[in-house]
Amino acid sequence: MSEIMVTTSEITAANRRDHRLARLAWDRMGHKVAPGLYRLGNPTPSSPVFVTGNYSLSFDALRSALTGMDTHIMVLDTKGINVWCAAGKGTFGTEEVIERIEETGLKDAVQQRTIILPQLGASGVNAHEVRRRSGFKVEYGPVLASDIGEYMKSHEATPEMRRIRFPLKDRMALVPVEIVNYLKFWLPAALLALLFGGLFGILAVLIVVAFGLILFPILLPYLPTRQFSSKGLILGALGGMLFVLLQLQYGGMGLDLQGLIVAAAEVLLMAPPVAYFALNFTGSSPIASRTGVRREIFRYIPMFVIMMALGVVMAVISALVPFGGSL
Amino acid sequence: MNLLQVTDEPVALEVVANEMNTLRYYPQRCINCGMCTKVCPHGVFAPNGAKVKVADHTGCIECGACRMNCPVAAIEVDSGVGCAAAMIRAALTGKEPTCGPDCRGI
Ligand code: SF4
Ligand code: SF4
Repeated sequence: MSEIMVTTSEITAANRRDHRLARLAWDRMGHKVAPGLYRLGNPTPSSPVFVTGNYSLSFDALRSALTGMDTHIMVLDTKGINVWCAAGKGTFGTEEVIERIEETGLKDAVQQRTIILPQLGASGVNAHEVRRRSGFKVEYGPVLASDIGEYMKSHEATPEMRRIRFPLKDRMALVPVEIVNYLKFWLPAALLALLFGGLFGILAVLIVVAFGLILFPILLPYLPTRQFSSKGLILGALGGMLFVLLQLQYGGMGLDLQGLIVAAAEVLLMAPPVAYFALNFTGSSPIASRTGVRREIFRYIPMFVIMMALGVVMAVISALVPFGGSL
Repeated sequence: MNLLQVTDEPVALEVVANEMNTLRYYPQRCINCGMCTKVCPHGVFAPNGAKVKVADHTGCIECGACRMNCPVAAIEVDSGVGCAAAMIRAALTGKEPTCGPDCRGI
């Protein structure tokens, strides 16, 4: 039986710094707390036991939601991954719950026999099996730790508390991570663009990044169509058109036949990368099914490739063929 | 949503399935414990008298929480790694999708 550790509800400046770094994808596996049993406040053997993963943001969200309460917290070893993703992988799972109960000596540390898990851990945990094998009843609390105070009044979550939402605040929080993670795509692209396309080249890359990695997450619920890829294509085409407009205005581009072919090539080249970022954003969202994502991959990736090939062909034509009169 | 017949049981088993995802619900097995209505983060199941019903199959994201916690195997769903990045990698390499270093989950 391992020792019971001590924690508080306080979120310190160091915690905040850790959260900021995590949200910038800095040292992504490094935001961990030690798995095991913690005391928060002055819990008695009949105080509630909350369970979470050892990603520091999950642990901190829970303990800060427990302000003013006396509880135990059992932290599972989810390898520094948040509860939702860890449950999907099974590291926030039935076996780990049962083993952690054993390892921490929870049976002797507390008298009551209920553990409260976050609802989003349920895809990794079979509550009936945990009870059968460990003697502890699993209760699923609300989706958000911040609803725990309300939940504890009746141990019943309202349907509202059971729904996973994807509000603007959450979507915005993903933007820095997305930008940092795709650095390996857009930084070389930006350098190449600068070399071969000058300032307008780099502008094209910046528009793709801004539309795909910043505007898309923000506008997600407002874009027409249901699938992420088609939403992305629409937004990407708008980005391409914006680029064309800027060139007409400031780049000396004309609306002759050659200009139109260049414009079409640019839209065809810029929409697919934006849509690709959009398709990938399904993985960061809690609103896409894998069947749906698989369908999108097989339907849209070939379409992206064809569009871009067409764009390249048109760009080459516009550069090689000498165009005469205007339309 | 349509009703299909499954023949692996002595009595034909009613199943509620749909075209959009892999969620399958066998109402005859349901003992109305209410677990699925609690764990589903998208309100797919709803109470309906003596057995739950699928209230909104379009919301299902195949997370598997309902299947995992149904005590009588009244629900089936193919859950697993559903990240586009992982699935594209899997499609290219011919392997099973696994979470990789490019995971952006936070
Ligand atoms: S798989 Fe997940 S989203 Fe789908 S019905 Fe079950 S709990 Fe709900
Ligand atoms: S978890 Fe299974 S048995 Fe319980 S209500 Fe849902 S379908 Fe019925």
